[in-house]
Amino acid sequence: MADFGKHVGVRILDLFFLRNGKDKREVRLTPMLVFIQKTFWKFLFNREADHLEQHAQEAKIYYIIERECLVNKFISVPKDKGTLNCASFVAGIVEGILCTSGFTCKVHALQGPRGTTYVIDFAQSVMDRESRLDAK
Amino acid sequence: MASSNYYFVIVGHADQVVYEVELGGSTGQTVPASDNRHLNQFIAHAALDLVDEAMWRNTTTYLKQVDKFNEWTVSAYVTAGGLRFLFLYEHLPRTGEDGLKNFLTEVYETYVKLLLNPFYVPDKPIRSGAFDKKVQTIARKCIL
Repeated sequence: MADFGKHVGVRILDLFFLRNGKDKREVRLTPMLVFIQKTFWKFLFNREADHLEQHAQEAKIYYIIERECLVNKFISVPKDKGTLNCASFVAGIVEGILCTSGFTCKVHALQGPRGTTYVIDFAQSVMDRESRLDAK
Repeated sequence: MASSNYYFVIVGHADQVVYEVELGGSTGQTVPASDNRHLNQFIAHAALDLVDEAMWRNTTTYLKQVDKFNEWTVSAYVTAGGLRFLFLYEHLPRTGEDGLKNFLTEVYETYVKLLLNPFYVPDKPIRSGAFDKKVQTIARKCIL
């Protein structure tokens, strides 16, 4: 499911830039995540994602939380497929967007009490580049 | 001079060549000299490092002049998807910087249309004849 999402994700970013006539890319991590949370979510679901948080101890893990995921709205999971979560499709889209713009990462979707959580785990190279750019 | 005036290359995420083309200049040469191709590729690769530096500093997609090699100038266009379009020229095209920018933007549009094809794997070399023709048409319109 996440693979399908990744397939979409790599294409949709360029398409979005083309259709909206944007010509300013995001190069830093936090603005990129905010961009995904606000602008992109609005583009996909007509709503902004509810929260964007960073893990307390590990700087390279971020969370995007949304109360009600559009994809999961009308899906009921049978008991024998207990681990299926259709939000992985959206997780794949996010992973596709981030990886193709140079922020290599892995994204997982989890169902929690606050809603659907997307756990974004960035590669060490991304964090190294961020600290290098911070230092300049 | 037998060499063509402009050389355009699309470089993928792994620094591989996704697409390259030589565009004829005002001499109307239809057969580009192949001895200059190696030089063009060399210049393009050398410029990649500078483009990489610049693309992480700058949020703009169009980077005007990143490198100069003897008389060849390199301009770059970085897409949202992290792809790099490099354009080598000796003299500015007839239509100037704006024409070059238009050319790059239109090729980007054509590229995105190609990208939307589910059978096209991103970062693979582009072999489509239609894409080639499109690029030539855009070149004729914007810079030649």
